Amino acid sequence: MQYIVWFAGALLEAAVVVCAIRRHLFRRYFFLNLYMSVAVLASAVRYEILQHYGFLSLTYAYSYYYSDALLTILLFFALSSLYSDVFKELHAERYVQLGSVLLLAGTAVFSFAVVQQSSGKLLSHFVFEISQNLYFVGLVLTYILWAAILKMRETRARLIQLVLSLGVYFSLYAANYALRNLYPSVGWLFELLNPLIGCFLPFAWAYAFWRTPEEAVLVPARLAVSAR
Amino acid sequence: MTAAFILVCSLGFLLMFFVSYCRSLLATSSAETLTPEVRDVAGIASTVSPEDFIRVIQLLQLCPDRPEERGRVRIVSAYYTFLGCVRSTIAALAPSLKSWTDRERAQCGYFAAVVLGKRIAFSRDLLAQQMLP
Repeated sequence: MQYIVWFAGALLEAAVVVCAIRRHLFRRYFFLNLYMSVAVLASAVRYEILQHYGFLSLTYAYSYYYSDALLTILLFFALSSLYSDVFKELHAERYVQLGSVLLLAGTAVFSFAVVQQSSGKLLSHFVFEISQNLYFVGLVLTYILWAAILKMRETRARLIQLVLSLGVYFSLYAANYALRNLYPSVGWLFELLNPLIGCFLPFAWAYAFWRTPEEAVLVPARLAVSAR
Repeated sequence: MTAAFILVCSLGFLLMFFVSYCRSLLATSSAETLTPEVRDVAGIASTVSPEDFIRVIQLLQLCPDRPEERGRVRIVSAYYTFLGCVRSTIAALAPSLKSWTDRERAQCGYFAAVVLGKRIAFSRDLLAQQMLP
Protein backbone atom coordinates (compact mmCIF):
# COMPACT_ATOMS: atom_id res chain seq x y z
CA MET A 1 0.00 0.00 0.00
CA GLN A 2 2.81 2.37 0.96
CA TYR A 3 4.57 1.63 -2.33
CA ILE A 4 1.41 2.51 -4.26
CA VAL A 5 1.13 5.87 -2.47
CA TRP A 6 4.84 6.49 -3.07
CA PHE A 7 4.61 5.73 -6.80
CA ALA A 8 1.45 7.83 -7.05
CA GLY A 9 3.34 10.72 -5.44
CA ALA A 10 6.27 10.38 -7.87
CA LEU A 11 3.85 10.20 -10.82
CA LEU A 12 2.04 13.32 -9.62
CA GLU A 13 5.39 15.13 -9.27
CA ALA A 14 6.26 14.21 -12.84
CA ALA A 15 2.76 15.28 -13.88
CA VAL A 16 3.39 18.79 -12.50
CA VAL A 17 6.43 19.21 -14.76
CA VAL A 18 4.58 17.75 -17.77
CA CYS A 19 1.55 20.02 -17.17
CA ALA A 20 3.84 23.06 -16.81
CA ILE A 21 5.67 22.23 -20.06
CA ARG A 22 2.41 21.58 -21.94
CA ARG A 23 0.97 24.91 -20.72
CA HIS A 24 4.26 26.76 -21.43
CA LEU A 25 4.69 27.59 -17.74
CA PHE A 26 8.00 25.82 -17.05
CA ARG A 27 10.18 28.91 -17.19
CA ARG A 28 7.64 31.16 -15.53
CA TYR A 29 7.47 28.90 -12.48
CA PHE A 30 11.03 27.64 -12.83
CA PHE A 31 11.80 27.01 -9.13
CA LEU A 32 8.50 25.21 -8.58
CA ASN A 33 9.28 22.93 -11.52
CA LEU A 34 12.90 22.51 -10.44
CA TYR A 35 11.66 21.33 -7.04
CA MET A 36 9.28 18.83 -8.64
CA SER A 37 11.96 17.55 -11.05
CA VAL A 38 14.44 16.99 -8.20
CA ALA A 39 11.65 15.35 -6.15
CA VAL A 40 11.10 12.80 -8.95
CA LEU A 41 14.85 12.15 -9.09
CA ALA A 42 15.02 11.80 -5.29
CA SER A 43 12.13 9.29 -5.35
CA ALA A 44 13.99 7.19 -7.93
CA VAL A 45 17.24 7.29 -5.93
CA ARG A 46 15.45 6.44 -2.67
CA TYR A 47 13.69 3.53 -4.35
CA GLU A 48 17.00 2.16 -5.65
CA ILE A 49 18.60 2.43 -2.20
CA LEU A 50 15.52 0.84 -0.60
CA GLN A 51 15.77 -2.13 -2.98
CA HIS A 52 19.48 -2.62 -2.30
CA TYR A 53 19.77 -1.91 1.43
CA GLY A 54 16.24 -2.28 2.86
CA PHE A 55 13.92 0.02 4.77
CA LEU A 56 15.63 -0.37 8.14
CA SER A 57 19.17 0.27 6.87
CA LEU A 58 21.18 3.31 7.89
CA THR A 59 21.98 4.02 4.24
CA TYR A 60 18.29 4.40 3.45
CA ALA A 61 17.69 6.57 6.53
CA TYR A 62 20.61 8.85 5.60
CA SER A 63 19.58 9.08 1.95
CA TYR A 64 16.01 9.85 3.00
CA TYR A 65 16.82 12.66 5.42
CA TYR A 66 19.61 14.20 3.32
CA SER A 67 17.46 14.28 0.19
CA ASP A 68 14.57 15.61 2.29
CA ALA A 69 16.74 18.47 3.58
CA LEU A 70 17.82 19.28 0.01
CA LEU A 71 14.21 19.22 -1.20
CA THR A 72 13.12 21.46 1.68
CA ILE A 73 15.79 24.01 0.73
CA LEU A 74 14.61 23.88 -2.90
CA LEU A 75 11.01 24.33 -1.78
CA PHE A 76 12.18 27.30 0.23
CA PHE A 77 13.53 28.85 -2.99
CA ALA A 78 10.27 27.98 -4.79
CA LEU A 79 8.46 29.91 -2.09
CA SER A 80 10.78 32.89 -2.48
CA SER A 81 10.06 32.83 -6.25
CA LEU A 82 6.34 33.11 -5.42
CA TYR A 83 7.23 36.09 -3.21
CA SER A 84 9.05 37.68 -6.15
CA ASP A 85 5.97 37.11 -8.32
CA VAL A 86 3.64 38.80 -5.83
CA PHE A 87 6.01 41.72 -5.18
CA LYS A 88 7.06 42.11 -8.83
CA GLU A 89 5.21 45.39 -9.25
CA LEU A 90 7.00 46.86 -6.25
CA HIS A 91 10.40 45.92 -7.80
CA ALA A 92 11.36 44.21 -4.55
CA GLU A 93 12.74 40.94 -6.02
CA ARG A 94 16.29 41.65 -4.91
CA TYR A 95 15.25 42.28 -1.33
CA VAL A 96 13.15 39.10 -1.35
CA GLN A 97 16.11 37.04 -2.59
CA LEU A 98 18.46 38.56 -0.02
CA GLY A 99 15.91 38.05 2.75
CA SER A 100 15.34 34.39 1.85
CA VAL A 101 19.08 33.61 1.79
CA LEU A 102 19.53 35.32 5.18
CA LEU A 103 16.57 33.42 6.63
CA LEU A 104 17.89 30.13 5.27
CA ALA A 105 21.30 30.80 6.82
CA GLY A 106 19.65 31.86 10.10
CA THR A 107 17.57 28.68 10.25
CA ALA A 108 20.66 26.56 9.55
CA VAL A 109 22.62 28.30 12.35
CA PHE A 110 19.68 27.94 14.78
CA SER A 111 19.26 24.25 13.95
CA PHE A 112 22.99 23.64 14.39
CA ALA A 113 22.96 25.42 17.75
CA VAL A 114 20.01 23.29 18.94
CA VAL A 115 21.66 20.05 17.80
CA GLN A 116 25.09 20.94 19.20
CA GLN A 117 23.64 21.22 22.70
CA SER A 118 21.81 17.91 22.71
CA SER A 119 23.34 15.36 20.40
CA GLY A 120 26.37 13.24 19.75
CA LYS A 121 25.49 12.40 16.13
CA LEU A 122 25.81 15.96 15.02
CA LEU A 123 25.35 15.81 11.26
CA SER A 124 22.43 13.37 11.02
CA HIS A 125 20.49 15.14 13.77
CA PHE A 126 21.30 18.48 12.16
CA VAL A 127 19.75 17.29 8.89
CA PHE A 128 16.56 16.22 10.72
CA GLU A 129 16.41 19.41 12.78
CA ILE A 130 16.97 21.74 9.81
CA SER A 131 14.19 19.99 7.85
CA GLN A 132 11.72 20.43 10.69
CA ASN A 133 12.69 24.07 11.25
CA LEU A 134 12.67 24.90 7.54
CA TYR A 135 9.17 23.44 7.20
CA PHE A 136 8.05 25.67 10.02
CA VAL A 137 9.87 28.77 8.69
CA GLY A 138 8.37 27.98 5.26
CA LEU A 139 4.94 27.76 6.85
CA VAL A 140 5.31 31.15 8.56
CA LEU A 141 6.62 32.69 5.31
CA THR A 142 3.67 31.23 3.38
CA TYR A 143 1.33 32.78 5.94
CA ILE A 144 3.04 36.17 5.49
CA LEU A 145 2.76 35.77 1.70
CA TRP A 146 -0.95 34.95 2.04
CA ALA A 147 -1.41 38.04 4.23
CA ALA A 148 0.39 40.12 1.56
CA ILE A 149 -1.90 38.66 -1.13
CA LEU A 150 -4.94 39.66 0.92
CA LYS A 151 -3.53 43.11 1.63
CA MET A 152 -2.47 43.79 -1.98
CA ARG A 153 -5.74 42.37 -3.34
CA GLU A 154 -3.87 39.98 -5.64
CA THR A 155 -6.49 38.27 -7.83
CA ARG A 156 -4.57 35.76 -9.98
CA ALA A 157 -6.37 32.47 -9.25
CA ARG A 158 -3.44 30.25 -10.19
CA LEU A 159 -0.99 32.09 -7.96
CA ILE A 160 -3.48 32.03 -5.07
CA GLN A 161 -4.00 28.28 -5.45
CA LEU A 162 -0.24 27.65 -5.61
CA VAL A 163 0.32 29.63 -2.39
CA LEU A 164 -2.62 28.11 -0.48
CA SER A 165 -1.69 24.56 -1.41
CA LEU A 166 1.89 25.25 -0.33
CA GLY A 167 0.50 26.47 3.00
CA VAL A 168 -1.49 23.26 3.49
CA TYR A 169 1.56 21.16 2.58
CA PHE A 170 3.95 23.01 4.91
CA SER A 171 1.45 22.83 7.79
CA LEU A 172 0.94 19.09 7.35
CA TYR A 173 4.68 18.40 7.22
CA ALA A 174 5.56 20.73 10.11
CA ALA A 175 2.84 19.12 12.27
CA ASN A 176 4.03 15.65 11.30
CA TYR A 177 7.68 16.44 12.12
CA ALA A 178 6.65 17.99 15.44
CA LEU A 179 4.57 14.91 16.35
CA ARG A 180 7.54 12.67 15.56
CA ASN A 181 9.73 14.80 17.82
CA LEU A 182 7.15 14.73 20.62
CA TYR A 183 6.38 11.01 20.38
CA PRO A 184 9.55 9.27 19.10
CA SER A 185 8.30 5.85 20.26
CA VAL A 186 5.56 5.90 17.58
CA GLY A 187 7.68 7.77 15.05
CA TRP A 188 7.16 4.97 12.50
CA LEU A 189 3.44 5.80 12.44
CA PHE A 190 4.07 9.43 11.46
CA GLU A 191 6.73 8.31 9.00
CA LEU A 192 4.06 6.26 7.23
CA LEU A 193 2.06 9.45 6.69
CA ASN A 194 4.91 11.16 4.79
CA PRO A 195 4.19 9.70 1.32
CA LEU A 196 0.47 10.45 1.74
CA ILE A 197 1.17 14.08 2.67
CA GLY A 198 3.69 14.25 -0.17
CA CYS A 199 0.93 13.54 -2.72
CA PHE A 200 -1.04 16.67 -1.87
CA LEU A 201 1.33 19.36 -3.19
CA PRO A 202 2.00 17.82 -6.64
CA PHE A 203 -1.71 17.13 -7.07
CA ALA A 204 -2.64 20.74 -6.20
CA TRP A 205 0.11 22.24 -8.38
CA ALA A 206 -0.66 19.97 -11.34
CA TYR A 207 -4.30 20.99 -11.02
CA ALA A 208 -3.35 24.70 -10.82
CA PHE A 209 -1.14 24.45 -13.93
CA TRP A 210 -3.49 22.29 -15.97
CA ARG A 211 -6.98 23.42 -15.05
CA THR A 212 -6.70 27.02 -13.84
CA PRO A 213 -6.54 29.37 -16.81
CA GLU A 214 -4.10 32.29 -16.88
CA GLU A 215 -6.90 34.85 -16.90
CA ALA A 216 -8.90 33.28 -14.04
CA VAL A 217 -9.35 35.60 -11.09
CA LEU A 218 -10.48 35.17 -7.50
CA VAL A 219 -11.33 37.66 -4.78
CA PRO A 220 -8.88 36.60 -2.04
CA ALA A 221 -10.82 38.40 0.71
CA ARG A 222 -13.72 36.02 0.08
CA LEU A 223 -11.45 33.02 0.64
CA ALA A 224 -10.08 34.15 4.01
CA VAL A 225 -11.50 32.33 7.02
CA SER A 226 -12.47 35.53 8.83
CA ALA A 227 -14.05 37.21 5.81
CA ARG A 228 -17.72 36.44 6.40
CA MET B 1 8.94 22.65 23.99
CA THR B 2 9.89 23.84 20.47
CA ALA B 3 8.15 20.82 18.92
CA ALA B 4 4.94 21.45 20.93
CA PHE B 5 4.95 25.11 19.83
CA ILE B 6 5.50 24.10 16.19
CA LEU B 7 2.68 21.54 16.45
CA VAL B 8 0.12 23.99 17.83
CA CYS B 9 1.01 26.70 15.27
CA SER B 10 1.05 24.19 12.39
CA LEU B 11 -2.43 22.89 13.23
CA GLY B 12 -3.78 26.45 13.39
CA PHE B 13 -2.20 27.37 10.04
CA LEU B 14 -3.36 24.07 8.52
CA LEU B 15 -6.96 24.85 9.41
CA MET B 16 -6.71 28.33 7.89
CA PHE B 17 -4.97 27.26 4.66
CA PHE B 18 -7.21 24.21 4.18
CA VAL B 19 -10.42 26.26 4.49
CA SER B 20 -9.07 28.97 2.15
CA TYR B 21 -7.84 26.41 -0.40
CA CYS B 22 -11.20 24.61 -0.42
CA ARG B 23 -12.97 27.95 -0.83
CA SER B 24 -10.75 28.74 -3.82
CA LEU B 25 -11.90 25.45 -5.41
CA LEU B 26 -15.54 26.24 -4.63
CA ALA B 27 -15.16 29.79 -5.99
CA THR B 28 -14.27 28.47 -9.44
CA SER B 29 -17.71 26.83 -9.69
CA SER B 30 -19.77 29.64 -8.15
CA ALA B 31 -19.60 31.68 -11.38
CA GLU B 32 -21.25 28.87 -13.36
CA THR B 33 -25.03 28.64 -13.53
CA LEU B 34 -26.95 25.41 -12.96
CA THR B 35 -29.04 24.26 -15.88
CA PRO B 36 -32.73 23.43 -15.26
CA GLU B 37 -31.89 19.84 -16.24
CA VAL B 38 -29.32 19.48 -13.43
CA ARG B 39 -31.73 21.07 -10.97
CA ASP B 40 -34.40 18.54 -12.00
CA VAL B 41 -32.06 15.55 -11.80
CA ALA B 42 -30.56 16.60 -8.46
CA GLY B 43 -33.89 17.72 -7.01
CA ILE B 44 -32.53 21.17 -6.24
CA ALA B 45 -35.14 23.89 -5.65
CA SER B 46 -34.42 27.61 -6.12
CA THR B 47 -31.31 27.54 -3.88
CA VAL B 48 -28.97 24.70 -2.94
CA SER B 49 -29.50 23.52 0.64
CA PRO B 50 -26.64 22.33 2.92
CA GLU B 51 -27.97 18.74 2.80
CA ASP B 52 -28.05 18.52 -1.03
CA PHE B 53 -24.34 17.68 -1.25
CA ILE B 54 -24.66 14.02 -0.20
CA ARG B 55 -27.48 13.34 -2.66
CA VAL B 56 -25.62 15.03 -5.54
CA ILE B 57 -22.45 13.05 -4.74
CA GLN B 58 -24.47 9.81 -4.90
CA LEU B 59 -25.73 10.88 -8.33
CA LEU B 60 -22.17 11.75 -9.39
CA GLN B 61 -21.10 8.18 -8.62
CA LEU B 62 -23.68 6.92 -11.12
CA CYS B 63 -22.12 8.91 -13.98
CA PRO B 64 -18.95 7.96 -15.90
CA ASP B 65 -15.93 9.30 -14.03
CA ARG B 66 -13.83 12.20 -15.35
CA PRO B 67 -10.28 11.79 -13.95
CA GLU B 68 -9.55 15.53 -13.96
CA GLU B 69 -12.34 16.14 -11.41
CA ARG B 70 -11.69 13.20 -9.10
CA GLY B 71 -9.15 14.93 -6.83
CA ARG B 72 -11.17 18.14 -6.57
CA VAL B 73 -14.33 16.23 -5.60
CA ARG B 74 -12.39 14.31 -2.93
CA ILE B 75 -10.98 17.49 -1.40
CA VAL B 76 -14.39 19.18 -1.36
CA SER B 77 -15.92 16.00 0.17
CA ALA B 78 -13.27 16.16 2.92
CA TYR B 79 -14.13 19.84 3.44
CA TYR B 80 -17.85 18.97 3.67
CA THR B 81 -17.09 16.28 6.28
CA PHE B 82 -14.94 18.75 8.21
CA LEU B 83 -17.77 21.33 8.14
CA GLY B 84 -20.21 18.65 9.34
CA CYS B 85 -17.92 17.89 12.30
CA VAL B 86 -17.60 21.60 13.15
CA ARG B 87 -21.39 22.01 12.89
CA SER B 88 -22.15 19.15 15.23
CA THR B 89 -19.49 20.08 17.81
CA ILE B 90 -18.18 23.65 18.19
CA ALA B 91 -21.00 25.31 16.21
CA ALA B 92 -23.56 24.03 18.70
CA LEU B 93 -22.25 26.73 21.07
CA ALA B 94 -22.05 29.55 18.49
CA PRO B 95 -25.09 30.21 16.24
CA SER B 96 -23.08 32.43 13.85
CA LEU B 97 -20.63 29.57 13.25
CA LYS B 98 -23.58 27.26 12.57
CA SER B 99 -24.98 29.55 9.87
CA TRP B 100 -21.48 29.93 8.39
CA THR B 101 -21.04 26.14 8.16
CA ASP B 102 -24.49 25.85 6.54
CA ARG B 103 -23.55 28.45 3.91
CA GLU B 104 -20.30 26.64 3.21
CA ARG B 105 -22.02 23.24 2.99
CA ALA B 106 -24.52 24.72 0.54
CA GLN B 107 -21.55 25.99 -1.54
CA CYS B 108 -20.17 22.43 -1.54
CA GLY B 109 -23.57 21.25 -2.82
CA TYR B 110 -23.50 23.87 -5.58
CA PHE B 111 -19.98 22.77 -6.56
CA ALA B 112 -21.10 19.12 -6.74
CA ALA B 113 -24.13 20.10 -8.85
CA VAL B 114 -21.86 21.98 -11.31
CA VAL B 115 -19.64 18.88 -11.57
CA LEU B 116 -22.77 16.74 -12.08
CA GLY B 117 -23.81 19.00 -14.98
CA LYS B 118 -20.38 18.52 -16.58
CA ARG B 119 -20.54 14.76 -16.12
CA ILE B 120 -24.01 14.58 -17.68
CA ALA B 121 -22.71 16.55 -20.68
CA PHE B 122 -19.65 14.26 -20.82
CA SER B 123 -21.85 11.12 -20.75
CA ARG B 124 -24.00 12.55 -23.51
CA ASP B 125 -20.91 13.18 -25.66
CA LEU B 126 -19.70 9.63 -25.03
CA LEU B 127 -23.07 8.23 -26.06
CA ALA B 128 -23.14 10.42 -29.18
CA GLN B 129 -19.65 9.16 -30.15
CA GLN B 130 -20.77 5.54 -29.74
CA MET B 131 -23.86 6.15 -31.86
CA LEU B 132 -21.80 7.50 -34.74
CA PRO B 133 -21.30 4.97 -37.53
